[in-house]
This record gives sequence, structure tokens and C-alpha cells, in this order.
Amino acid sequence: MSDPTAIDVSIEHKHAAPEPPPKKHPNTCPGCGSHYRDDELDANLRVCPQCGHHFPMRARARIDALADPGTFEEEAADLRSADPLDFFDLRAYKERLAEAEVATGLGDAMVIGRAEVEGRACELAVMDFAFMGGSMGSVTGEKFARACDSAAAAGVPLVSVSASGGARMQEGILALMQLPKTVCAVEELHEAGCPLISVMAHPTTGGLLASFASLGDVILAEPGALMSFAGPRVVAQTTREKLPDDFGLAESNLRLGHVDAIVPRPELRATLGRLLRLFGSEERAA
Amino acid sequence: MPRDAELRLRERLSKLGGLDLLRGTRLSGDLERLKQQLDRLEAEPTDEEIWRSVELARHQDRPYTLDYVERLLDDFFELHGDRSRADDAALVAGIGRFRGRTIVLLGHQKGRDLKERTKRNFGMAYPEGYRKAMRAMELADRHGFPLLTLVDTPGAYPGVAAEQSGQGGSIARSQAVMARLSVPTVACVIGEGGSGGAVAIALADRVLMQQHAIYSVISPEGCAAILWRDAGEARKAAAAFKPDAAHCLELGVIDAVVPEPAGGAQEDYDEAARLLGDAVGEALDELDGVPVGELRARRRAKFRSLGVLA
Repeated sequence: MSDPTAIDVSIEHKHAAPEPPPKKHPNTCPGCGSHYRDDELDANLRVCPQCGHHFPMRARARIDALADPGTFEEEAADLRSADPLDFFDLRAYKERLAEAEVATGLGDAMVIGRAEVEGRACELAVMDFAFMGGSMGSVTGEKFARACDSAAAAGVPLVSVSASGGARMQEGILALMQLPKTVCAVEELHEAGCPLISVMAHPTTGGLLASFASLGDVILAEPGALMSFAGPRVVAQTTREKLPDDFGLAESNLRLGHVDAIVPRPELRATLGRLLRLFGSEERAA
Repeated sequence: MPRDAELRLRERLSKLGGLDLLRGTRLSGDLERLKQQLDRLEAEPTDEEIWRSVELARHQDRPYTLDYVERLLDDFFELHGDRSRADDAALVAGIGRFRGRTIVLLGHQKGRDLKERTKRNFGMAYPEGYRKAMRAMELADRHGFPLLTLVDTPGAYPGVAAEQSGQGGSIARSQAVMARLSVPTVACVIGEGGSGGAVAIALADRVLMQQHAIYSVISPEGCAAILWRDAGEARKAAAAFKPDAAHCLELGVIDAVVPEPAGGAQEDYDEAARLLGDAVGEALDELDGVPVGELRARRRAKFRSLGVLA
């Protein structure tokens, strides 16, 4: 116990910036503090067995969890971003891209391809937040548009899973143009009579929420996913408004009418199977 | 870079010259426009010129949507309200006569003084604004009126209430409505083309941009705050993501640059309006008579082609 009458003459700890909170290990649950090994989380679809917190899920793992074994055929895997602006912030965009590819094993933030879910044919477009925050640039936009074309050509529904901070700043105005681009692709998908089922994982913000992800015939969200056009920090800083505790979360979006259902990850596959059946996707002989 | 841009434009020119597969459309206009713009492209803007455009685009005396409405449209009748809960003054909608035809106009509106700026929310629309926009677009579609949109916003408003009434979704749906329209549509960025809030009303057959307007995925300050971790590095950010008209033209994001009076549009409102009116008139003339299906298909094909792949 410190003596309350003692005068504190030290200046360091008074004026020093507060120490940043220690970085939590990615496998420590932010919900309940439980800690897991990778294999424990993977076995549980990266959902905390204690409190149900949904950890981020990589695109390939997501596809493995949704598609029937051996049915996924990837498309447009060879697409790579160019660097039209010679963009350089603290580091070169090209360098960031190369690093992201090495770290994730992906060419960009989206994986697309034909698959079957619960025996029903569909096209999948799945985003990966680990690749530059899932940001949408030319490649992501192009891949999504090709997924629409592929779904329309085969007459099957398109299931998208979004996990993205928004448009990729390093591609400047061309990143913004991926919004109208993907919107046009969805229009053509719809004209071909095919539905878009949009699954919003954490986070689906900015340009994603302002483009294809919001145009799903059915919109599903994962529990606790942040779904807002402007992020909570931007809103708090610009408007100095007090944010509600559940600001932008899937649960408040459901209450406010922006989402059709919140589907916990272990139930997603069955839910998609039901929807695909309702939309009339043919059952393939097993 | 400048040589690249020139080459790309020259390539587009040569393609257009020899193209005969777009049935029933007039290409001569495109050809002329691209030729003119080739001259302008010879000198690529420097970092200082880019920043000058950022400043001019946000100049407090820059003409706003209603200044152009006053000078370009006869008998303008303003439409109010989203037919659901509110009227958003940050986005103006209305019907008027433009050079002999009835058109529907949409545009972001900033304010001149503190009182008006507050009323107009600095040109930052709520979902209510985009819902009003969609209503006006559908009206245009129903009655065959061409649509003109004037883009001038720092961005869609990032507030709690805006998020709660579906800011992202309304921006997405506004674009989807524009992708479906069967009437000719022309958009012009007349000041700040700020991110989703701008593109929500800019999915048009012809996208124009005034010489000193900017069109960008994020504000220079926002980009600097995120990538440089310092909003003070806005100049560096602007130089890096190049929001100026010349670069947007080079990347194929816009179809033409609308010249401004010497020193910027704020120097001479009448002249700025005349130049804008001429460009819009020319664009509408070009779109006249294009069959509906083709108009829509070409609009979508244009946006579908945007992006640069390795």
C-alpha cells in the first residue's frame, strides 16, 4: 500500500504515454479469455467451445467446411493485382502484395469456384481477411464478377462469404470502381434468374457493405460480425457521438432489419443447403 | 507514366476508329473527345497540381449543385423526401428542362454559410438521401426522362443513425437501380467525389469530371491517417492515390474532363455552368437513340471492365 500523504515526485510515469495493452495471442478468445491450440479451434470450425465467439476463418478452411468433399473446383486462381498507381505509402504496394501472397498462399482476398453444398450445385465466392484485411481491389472485383458469370452460365445460385474491411486504398479510384463493377455483375446474375445468397462474416464493412454483399436475395450473418459502412472508430471520431455497445454488430443489424438471419457457423452448411433447395438448385446424384 | 497514358488513349482511339460492332451507335463523338483529351494528357499533373485540385475541389466558393441548376435548368421543380421518413437536404432531387428536354436531376448539395452547411450536413447524405435518389431515378425511368447527377460530397455521413438506417445497403441499392435504368444517364463530379457516397449516384452511361474535381476511394486525410498513421500527411496520400481528373481519365474511370474557367470554377460561375452544360448536352446527344437494351448492356460492360490486372 502506498502512503497517501507521500508526494509523488517522479515525472516519467505521469507523462509517459500509457502502456499499450499486451497483445493477445490470436488463439485467445476475446469473448471469454479461454486459450486453444490450433487443432482444437480447427476441430470446432474456429468457434470458441466455451462462449461461442467466432474466430476469423480462412477462405480455404471455409470452403472445406461448406463444400461437399471433393466437389470444389477453383476458378480464376491465377489472377493477380497489378499496381496501376505505383502506390507507395510507408512501403510499396507490390511488396505488400507479395508478402500477403507468401503469408496466405492466396493470389488475392477472394477464392471462387464451383462446388456442391449438401449435394446441391452452386458457385462459391469466399473472402479471406488474412489477405490485406480482405480489401477489395481489381482482382477481388474481377473474381466476384467471374463468379457471377459462372453461376449464371451454369444456372446455379451464387453463395458469397464476405470478410473485408472495404476497398483497397492502394488501388485508389479503381478500388472504388469495384463497387459499381460488382453491383453490375449481381444485376446480370439476377437477370439470368440466379439468386445471390450473401453470408457476412466478421467484418463486412465499407465498400463491401456498399456493394454486392448488401444485394443478396438472402443475407445471412455470423454471430458478432461487424457490419457497418463506417467503422466504429471513424464514427466516434467524426461525430463524437456515443456509440451503442452493439454498434454495427450482426445482432443489431438483425433487429434493425438489415439481415435475414444470424446463423452460427456450425449451422451454416445446413442452412445453405436448405436455401439452395428452396431456390431450386438441382440435387446431384451422390 | 505520361507516355503510358498517351499510349493507352492512342490505343483506345485506334480501336474506336476501326470498330463497327457497336450497331447503331455514333462513335464520332467518342473519337473527337478522345483526340481532344490526348492533347490535355501530354503533361501529367505533378504532385503540387494534384494538391491544387484537392484544394479547388473543396474551395468554399466553388459552385454547388444548385448554382448549376439555377444556370442550366429552366423551371426546376424540387422533389422532397424519401417517402419513408425524412427529407435529406444533403442530396437534392428534382425535375427541370435542360436545353429543350425534361430531365431528372440529382446532386449533392453543400452549404455556403454555417446555417446552411448544418442544414445540408456538409453535403454528406444519410440513407434517406439515397432513398430519395432511388425514388427520383425510378421516376425518370418510368417517364423516359434522362438522368443527370452532380457528385459533390466528402462521403456518405458516418453517423450512428445513418448506420442504423442502413447506409451501406442504401448505397449498394442506389447503384443497382442505376445499373437497371433504361434511360440515358450522365454523371459529373463537380467537386469532391468522396467514396461510396459519390459512386452511389455515379453508375452512369457517361461519367464526366470537372477539371479540378477529385474522385477518390477515401479522403486524403483518411488515407493518411490509416496508411501513414498521421492525417497531416494528406498531401503525400493525395499524391499517392491520384484523385485528379487526368488520372481518372487515364484509368478509364471517367469518359471526359469538363474544362473550368481559368483559375477554377469559383472564378466565374456562368462560364463554369456553360462549359458543364455543353459537356452534358453533348453526352446526352450521343446517348440519344441508343436502343434501351444496348444502353444498359454498354453501361454495365463499361463498369465491368474497370480494374487493372497483372
